[in-house]
Amino acid sequence: MAGKIGESEQSAKYVGKAVNRVDGHSKVTGAATYAAEHKIDDLVYAALIQSTIAKGTITKMDTSEAERLPGVKVIITPFNAPRLSSKSTPSGRSLLLLQDKQVQHDRQNIGLVIADTWESASHAASLVKVSYKQTEPQVEIEKHATYEKLKSTTSEIGKQISAAGHKRGDFSQAFASGAHKVDQIYSTPMESHNPMEPFAVIASWEGEHLTLYDTTQAVFATRKTVAEHFDIPESHVRIISPFVGGGFGSKLSTWSHVILAAMAARKVNLPVKLVLSRAQMYGPVGFRPKTIQRILLAADKNGKLTAIRHDNINETSHFEDYVEASTHTTSRMYACPNLITSQNQVALDIGTPTWMRAPGEAPGSFALESAMDELAYELGLDPIELRVRNYPEKDPESGLPWSSNSLRECYKVGAEKFGWHKRNPEPKSMRAGKDLLGWGMAAATYPTYRMAANAQVTILPSGEALVQAGSQDIGTGTYTIMSQVAADTLGLPIEKIKFELGDSTLPRTPLSGGSMTAASVGSAVQLACQTALNSLIKTAIADQVSPLYQAKAESIVARDEGLYLSSDSKKGERLTDIIKRNKLKQVVGKAESKPGNEDEKYSMHSYGAIFAEVKIDSDLVRPKLTRMVGAYGAGKILNLKTARNQMFGGMTFGIGMALMEHTLIDPKLGRIMNADLAEYHLPVNLDVPNLDVIFIDEHDPHINPLGAKGIGEISITGVAAAIANAVYHATGKRIRDLPITIDKIM
Amino acid sequence: MTYKISRRRFGQLAIATSALAALYEYNFAKSNIQALAKQSPAWQGGNIPKLTKVNVNFQVNGTKQAVEVDSRMSLLDCLREKLKLTGSKKGCDHGQCGACTVMVNGRRINSCLTFACMHEGDEITTIEGLAKDGNLHPMQEAFIAHDGFQCGYCTPGQIMSAVALLSETCGKQDSDVAECMSGNICRCAAYPNIVAAIQEVRKGKVNASL
Repeated sequence: MAGKIGESEQSAKYVGKAVNRVDGHSKVTGAATYAAEHKIDDLVYAALIQSTIAKGTITKMDTSEAERLPGVKVIITPFNAPRLSSKSTPSGRSLLLLQDKQVQHDRQNIGLVIADTWESASHAASLVKVSYKQTEPQVEIEKHATYEKLKSTTSEIGKQISAAGHKRGDFSQAFASGAHKVDQIYSTPMESHNPMEPFAVIASWEGEHLTLYDTTQAVFATRKTVAEHFDIPESHVRIISPFVGGGFGSKLSTWSHVILAAMAARKVNLPVKLVLSRAQMYGPVGFRPKTIQRILLAADKNGKLTAIRHDNINETSHFEDYVEASTHTTSRMYACPNLITSQNQVALDIGTPTWMRAPGEAPGSFALESAMDELAYELGLDPIELRVRNYPEKDPESGLPWSSNSLRECYKVGAEKFGWHKRNPEPKSMRAGKDLLGWGMAAATYPTYRMAANAQVTILPSGEALVQAGSQDIGTGTYTIMSQVAADTLGLPIEKIKFELGDSTLPRTPLSGGSMTAASVGSAVQLACQTALNSLIKTAIADQVSPLYQAKAESIVARDEGLYLSSDSKKGERLTDIIKRNKLKQVVGKAESKPGNEDEKYSMHSYGAIFAEVKIDSDLVRPKLTRMVGAYGAGKILNLKTARNQMFGGMTFGIGMALMEHTLIDPKLGRIMNADLAEYHLPVNLDVPNLDVIFIDEHDPHINPLGAKGIGEISITGVAAAIANAVYHATGKRIRDLPITIDKIM
Repeated sequence: MTYKISRRRFGQLAIATSALAALYEYNFAKSNIQALAKQSPAWQGGNIPKLTKVNVNFQVNGTKQAVEVDSRMSLLDCLREKLKLTGSKKGCDHGQCGACTVMVNGRRINSCLTFACMHEGDEITTIEGLAKDGNLHPMQEAFIAHDGFQCGYCTPGQIMSAVALLSETCGKQDSDVAECMSGNICRCAAYPNIVAAIQEVRKGKVNASL
């Protein structure tokens, strides 16, 4: 059978290798076309007007001055906005679309100006005078989730367990009788995704048909949401998104500006380009919500966990629920018979939060893995030893066996590479010159997801293949890894593969989230290639002139641009010869690949161990990350070059989370105070030290045909805890509130 | 961010701010005169600048360009919207991210912090002008080989900065390069690969300048 990756490793010329990105040339020459860069005739520009209060009612919007500015075409406000169909039942987010005059959060979109240039539109937007009837906003989750409240409301939270939590054994009794205990509150801040490419869309109507050039992690979900809002069939909407300048979860949702741009384009009957400014992205396009988490751990004198409790409260908006699933992986991270977890939310006068790289796992692992470090000190045990003693041989929640689990090897290999055995566990005991030195570690996990995906491959008479899937490449390397899979499966050089994505008219695929694109779309691409080859094999077998005439289909393999007998490498012929002789215009293979019932038989997750070194400047008390090692068991790594890079990305997201990132809200005014890249600190080049990424050689035959688990999100998981634990080791100060800034260490 | 970059940015900002003030003063004066002349209630707001078009001549990637620009138009928007050279990216429009980095007369600047009309006679090089006769610049080659990007949005700015760095004073260590490149944010965080790409080009510094 034609090239099945994973089964015949020798035949894989590309998969598993460090292959250069196939879209690299277009990215280094500036030719890659992002949303705002599509060249459309007769384009006009829109600029958003956003609220300057967090809560209240708009009483007036004076547009007279703005309207007199040369070039201004129309100004849409809640006072004149087209009504959207009330028949429709939009899926996706609850969007605020100028349908009423309520202001529910800072920087809410409350209008837009359309003009013939960007300069005129943005200038006019600044001239619109908005009058409000203000109400005092509530923006502090701490008022609703203090330590005392969290303690006293646990029974209330307990009621939510069936919806969002886990429960096994008898936590209360086990905790009461525990020999060693931890009971602490951890908190993580609001964080903003800040993809480098701002949200941008070009909307163009032709009659009742709408084309949107968007920057999205989900072309098909965007199509559905937009169609529902305008009450038109999905087939009338096309989403085009060939390049996405980063998303990190923020571009999984269709936000209000997309609908507003389409509304504006319909109103002026011209294509409209709308690009959000950096500051306009702090509010209406999601963020990671602040979490407050309480963790209780109990262990016997041998360090075996006897009780775990993990309660999470996060903030959300008043108009939409959002649960940060911080406790989800807690239930299966360690072998422990008694466990209870819960997740709850507090509605505030803020925008709606959204998924941000490892939503749940990132803040949740900070709390759990910090608490495990505290327990290790409580017990006087090495933190790795504590974790190894509590390694679950099977999924402690479902009782299912692991499809594969390399966690113990990650500890071992990571510790060796880091030099963990040289660590003196005593806090403040290690120094680098005058600076305090701290070494910390944490474990990481992320579930292996897969969804149904489609792909189509067309083998052309030229011997090239066009491979297509809706999908998205958000910098994760989809173009490249799919080309590798197709090249190996078809036996073609990668230069002869053209992979197309980012278009809702292409075969349907899932969104680019949950670290599942490689597994989902990759499996579909492989199957579509096999389908096309099978059709060619059938032709060859029936062709009297072919060297493969009457050969058995299962004895034929695809390699070196042809089909050959697996037993006789010389017997066979080139694909182009079969196609030409049989006068085929092209050979098409279409396939849908979807998960089976493997999740009923196996518990499927990636695992990792992260080791961090920090130095605390002796004069300034500034924490500086100087070294990090991450060892991961994440199944088959499809491209060592792009995968290593993606791990750098996630680890660096973790550095930002640990040491610098927080979106700050004025508690009185409810306005975001650091809505730009100068005040919202995120890691720059010099903040990132030598990062060492190790992939454990892991063969998992159960998860999906490629054996890939996905790496986009496990890469951030556990990082903040490893750094916080290193800071404790260096200073003796346990910082339970991120980010770890100088003031908290002093 | 380095002291050097900060100082240059400060200079750019100062020039941009004074130019903005001068232009607006001119516009305000003009519109006020018109308002007085017209005595129209519509003009009584007094601060509606008249749209000013400015003719500017410069070279972009070796090609002479004569463009009529809105006086409020940044060099970045002129490149992207007027000349359709969308390789230079808008990431923040405030000189905080470096995605818009281009070279003006051989020096790297943030093209979002400077008005197009300020560049009469200047030689501007963008990412589109780096490759010569279809051959990539060594820095572009190195970025591909070392995977110095993921989503690619900051990449043109990173590469323009990196090429400019070759003729600047920058120490030999990786950390020196990281410091000299800290004005270019990469949220995907391909930083270690960016440093590796630049170091490779610096070591074999053949034909690596413009």
